[in-house]
Amino acid sequence: MPVVSMTVNGNSVSGEVEGRTLLVQFLREHLRLTGTHVGCDTSQCGCCTVHIDGKGMKSCSVLALACNGSSITTIEGVAVDGKLHPMQQAFHEHHGLQCGFCTPGMIMSALDMVRRKGNDLDEHTVREQLEGNLCRCTGYHNIVKAIQAGAAAMKGDATPATQHD
Amino acid sequence: MYDFEYHRPANVEDALKLIGERGEAKLLAGGMSLLPSLKMRLARYSDLVDLGGIAELNGIRRDGNALVIGAMTPHAVVAASPEVNSTIPALASLANGIGDPLVRNRGTIGGSIANSDPAADYPAGVVGLGATIITNQREIEADEFFLGLFDTALAPREIITAVRFPIPRKAVYLKLRQQASRFAVVGVFVARMGNGARVAVTGAGPSVFRVKDAEAALARKFDASVVKGLQIKQDNLSSDIHASAEYRAHCTSVMIGRAVTAVS
Repeated sequence: MPVVSMTVNGNSVSGEVEGRTLLVQFLREHLRLTGTHVGCDTSQCGCCTVHIDGKGMKSCSVLALACNGSSITTIEGVAVDGKLHPMQQAFHEHHGLQCGFCTPGMIMSALDMVRRKGNDLDEHTVREQLEGNLCRCTGYHNIVKAIQAGAAAMKGDATPATQHD
Repeated sequence: MYDFEYHRPANVEDALKLIGERGEAKLLAGGMSLLPSLKMRLARYSDLVDLGGIAELNGIRRDGNALVIGAMTPHAVVAASPEVNSTIPALASLANGIGDPLVRNRGTIGGSIANSDPAADYPAGVVGLGATIITNQREIEADEFFLGLFDTALAPREIITAVRFPIPRKAVYLKLRQQASRFAVVGVFVARMGNGARVAVTGAGPSVFRVKDAEAALARKFDASVVKGLQIKQDNLSSDIHASAEYRAHCTSVMIGRAVTAVS
């Protein structure tokens, strides 16, 4: 079987995979990084969002082998030294989750949003930019508030959107 | 998904060699349509040849009075490109409305047009601007490229390398989007070129098409009044759970009028 090597959350990893192995399967089943979720498996819901070379993408629709040599950041790589990332902290403070299943994808997508749109995000922008992520609890109100607050809290923060991007 | 052998060539020559040697090989671009269809087992290939490692297919450059976009350029890059926004903002806006931000980070222009999805956005821009599809072996005019439902003029061993868009005087893309998928129920691209007007419609039928009645009227006088009440034939339009052919015909007519107003 072919071997894939990549950097995940700052660590060099490699493993034997099939041609058809998806990035999300490699992360969850080979590396046991189960924070990245599989919600729909049809690239609608965004629960599987990770950063590939700094950009948010749906890992259920990317082949593991296509990421050979890439740098991946998952939700497990966002906190630094056990301290929540400002975006995670904002989700905590604003209660930006109900069941929590979509939350890892929401946070990874939110960080990509900050990369593309900056720290001052109005509600309309957040809602529009969040169209690749679904919350089955429909708890969007607090998610939107959390992203606005998290983006603002990241302002002036010298660290990039995520430490490993 | 059935298994396949994965390849990642570093240049177009190696990619061509691979698809020439392998039985049922398929080219992989961003994979935003191909991988979901493989997961549903709608297709099966012995080999996937990923074009993602070929640097020469990526990028945007100005070439005289045209814009050349590499086949593997992601939608998000086109949408954010200062070069595209300053020359053909309608194309940047079209790219910015495809799927969602995460899909736009990975999906590519070459993959979109090679797939020729009846509801995809790019075909409207390509035909609406009268672009030229550049492949490893020839140049194909947009009007000759899209043949029908998921069908193009591409030969089995032909790779799109770039698309060349003439810069219009002004253009606009309007989309009535399907609320869940963001695909076009009807998408209308109207371009005011130096020598007339072009009107292309996606989503409404099995493949993108031009509305030549509207183009002829607009060539005489570029004003919304000349396309008011324009009748669109329903015979070749799609009817599905999203909209009937009658509704699509009506929307197409109304949207052409609005698009003309927007670029007048």
